[in-house]
Amino acid sequence: MAAYAIRRLLGAIPTLFIIVTIAFFMMRVAPGGPFDQERTLEATVMANLNATFGLDKPLWQQYFMYLGNLFQGDMGPSFIYRDLRVHQILGEGLPVSMALGAWALVVALVFGTLLGTIAALRQNSTTDFAVIAVATFGITVPNFVVAPVLSLVFAVILSWLPAQGWGDWNQMILPVIALALPQMAVVARLIRGSMIEALRSDHVRTARAYGLPNRIVVVKHALRAAILPVVSYLGPAAAALLTGSIVVEQVFNLPGIGRFFVQGALNRDYTLVMGTVVIVAVFVVVFNLIVDLLYAALDPRVRYD
Amino acid sequence: MLRLSSRTAVLSAALCALLAGSVSAQTYFRGNDGNPETLDQHKTSTVAEANILRDLYEGLVIYNSSAEVIPGVATDWSVSDDGLVYTFNLRDDAKWSNGDPVTAGDFVYSWRRIMAPETGAKYANILYPIKNAEAVNKGEAEGVSMGVEAVDDTTLQITLEQPTPFFIELLTHQTGLPVHPPSVEEHGADFVQPGNLVSNGAYTLVENSLNDKIVLAKNEMFHSADTVMIPEVHYLPFEDRATCVRGWEAGEVHSCSDLPAEDIARLKAEHGDAAKVAPYLGTYYYALNHTDPILADPEVRQALSMVIDREFLADEIFQGTMVAATSFVPPGIGNYATGSPEVEYFGMSMLDREDKAAEILAGKGITPDSPVTIEIMYNTSENHKNAATAIADMWSNFGVKVEYNVRDASAHYAHLRDKGDFDVARAGWIGDYSDPQNFLFMVESDNDGFNYANYNNAEYDALMDKAAAITDLEARSDVLRQAEDMFMRDLPFIPLLYYSSRSLVSPQLKGWESNIQNVHPTRFLSLDG
Repeated sequence: MAAYAIRRLLGAIPTLFIIVTIAFFMMRVAPGGPFDQERTLEATVMANLNATFGLDKPLWQQYFMYLGNLFQGDMGPSFIYRDLRVHQILGEGLPVSMALGAWALVVALVFGTLLGTIAALRQNSTTDFAVIAVATFGITVPNFVVAPVLSLVFAVILSWLPAQGWGDWNQMILPVIALALPQMAVVARLIRGSMIEALRSDHVRTARAYGLPNRIVVVKHALRAAILPVVSYLGPAAAALLTGSIVVEQVFNLPGIGRFFVQGALNRDYTLVMGTVVIVAVFVVVFNLIVDLLYAALDPRVRYD
Repeated sequence: MLRLSSRTAVLSAALCALLAGSVSAQTYFRGNDGNPETLDQHKTSTVAEANILRDLYEGLVIYNSSAEVIPGVATDWSVSDDGLVYTFNLRDDAKWSNGDPVTAGDFVYSWRRIMAPETGAKYANILYPIKNAEAVNKGEAEGVSMGVEAVDDTTLQITLEQPTPFFIELLTHQTGLPVHPPSVEEHGADFVQPGNLVSNGAYTLVENSLNDKIVLAKNEMFHSADTVMIPEVHYLPFEDRATCVRGWEAGEVHSCSDLPAEDIARLKAEHGDAAKVAPYLGTYYYALNHTDPILADPEVRQALSMVIDREFLADEIFQGTMVAATSFVPPGIGNYATGSPEVEYFGMSMLDREDKAAEILAGKGITPDSPVTIEIMYNTSENHKNAATAIADMWSNFGVKVEYNVRDASAHYAHLRDKGDFDVARAGWIGDYSDPQNFLFMVESDNDGFNYANYNNAEYDALMDKAAAITDLEARSDVLRQAEDMFMRDLPFIPLLYYSSRSLVSPQLKGWESNIQNVHPTRFLSLDG
């Protein structure tokens, strides 16, 4: 298994290299540059800035310089946040986004599994319909509606929790809920579907025939099989959650990296965009690997040699 | 991070509920437009940065709470008869936050640094009126050749390229703030980091966490420290204006630096005076390409301007957060005693204006039956889109059909800068200093950066040159008015709206005065229990 994991990670290097190359040149094809803004700059000033950042060099030279720096772990200076280098910017924001994403993932998994299981056990009952309704709501109502409403109700009207900011644990509650809701809904639906199927499967019937208590049958035998679809969904979900949510971070004014995905591109902050691309690519590769390894652990039929 | 037993969690939740409703009286939680891109006064370009730097540093002159220029590090100054040499006397009790005295040499060092090409200063050109500054910035002259000289520790002499009547006003810009030379020498670009940063203003930098907060504490070394009432300021960056409003309504923020237009009516109704909308030194305009065959005709340009119902744009599209413009230079600007010239059609009713425009355009063969097509280019934004749609609608009745060309801001401005082809382009201008020259200079024929219209009028240039040579502000104002009159006749740009500043200010926060520059130095504010 370890050999398999290492093989997969090594195999990811060419993938990352191709992603970086494509992203680098695509970014440069976009018209405008980091110093084109509402306030047009004086020609001399523009020339000085381009020289400072090496933008006056040929593109291929800039590309190899970027690659060279990247291999040494330096993602270059940000074109916009001029007091910081890209790895410092991402280094400050990533822990925030990761904490947020990790908690959202936990909440989504725990409550999603719980709701899905309850719905499956009481199939076609009022409880089931209620869960399906909540899940449909969670999936269809977008973050940019849920997040401000949460903030309005719990911060402005009830004054139970802060409306914005980062640092205290209570500032995490609303953003985590807002971020977790849609994922929780997906998990609940996935679990419900596969649970209904698992409850009818041969091995669960066998377990029941042995006279095992319902709780053991559900949790130990049915759930283990029912959770597989959720595991494969985890890869993309985790990558999306951990790299931060643009909307939730903005609504609650959190210092995560979500904003850089959009702002970086709009500002033509070339190096910052490259940094975010690298991070997302790495996350996707790593989480896909984790999912595959989890599969092997959960499903005895899957083996990697 | 979140390792709490359930009981502690419940208790803490209850406690938080109690605390969430109020903010500490000792700390000013100040909403800012966004995260500063830099705290280096020589690399700065944004309003968010200006707000923070104004608290950290003190220049030769500063703004008071109503944006009047008052002495800062300089106690007084004199100007030579030819308007070229400014001599400043510096206060002898001005100190850096580490105790070093602030000297004339610090200013000399600072201005050599901002002009050095390798600094890559975005706003270096603000100080180009200083003798040889532009040559130094171009790398064609040495820093020592610049017209800034420390006569002694408390006497600074600045020599200008040519008389610049608004030079004192220029020095209020954040590019005029001094750096602490030993810190820059020791830390290089990192002199701006907490722990390294040495400032000479009312506050010092304690913490700077990206997109989270910037914490400033009162500078005990500041010469007027005993008048500074607020001991600590937290600058909170709000990319999303609505988030600041919720934070303010939840009592977590004392002031918001901008408000969402669509929420203004409610905020005014619910919070009265706390929601402030004030005139701001800026104009929202459409540049017309004078090399375009249709727009080359001045009468057509007049007609197009005439039929735009600016009141509608201001009230309906921008929800009363912008003001209908009848000039390019916004009202309330400094050094403009005569004020902007009056344009005849702005005194007429919309119906009369439309009749007149229809007549003009029909005379040019432009009617609804034989329409022409014009392209409006704007940068992505809901408001810009709505404004363009409304204007297109106003024009459509007179045989002017509109197509749109929408790009993001970077691409939009790069296209204009590179002299790409266009018919009509949206832009906005916020003055860097309170002087009409800062608006009217944009369409001088040799202004490559801003003359999007390719306006080329030797008479206009001559008036601007004439104004530049006059040191008597009254007489100069008269000449600038003539220039603006010509501007409004030729319409390189169609002025549409004046900008407003929009703030939400807690009743606890005292000393906040709305002003045209929208500057509110924390040292002049105080917080009530």
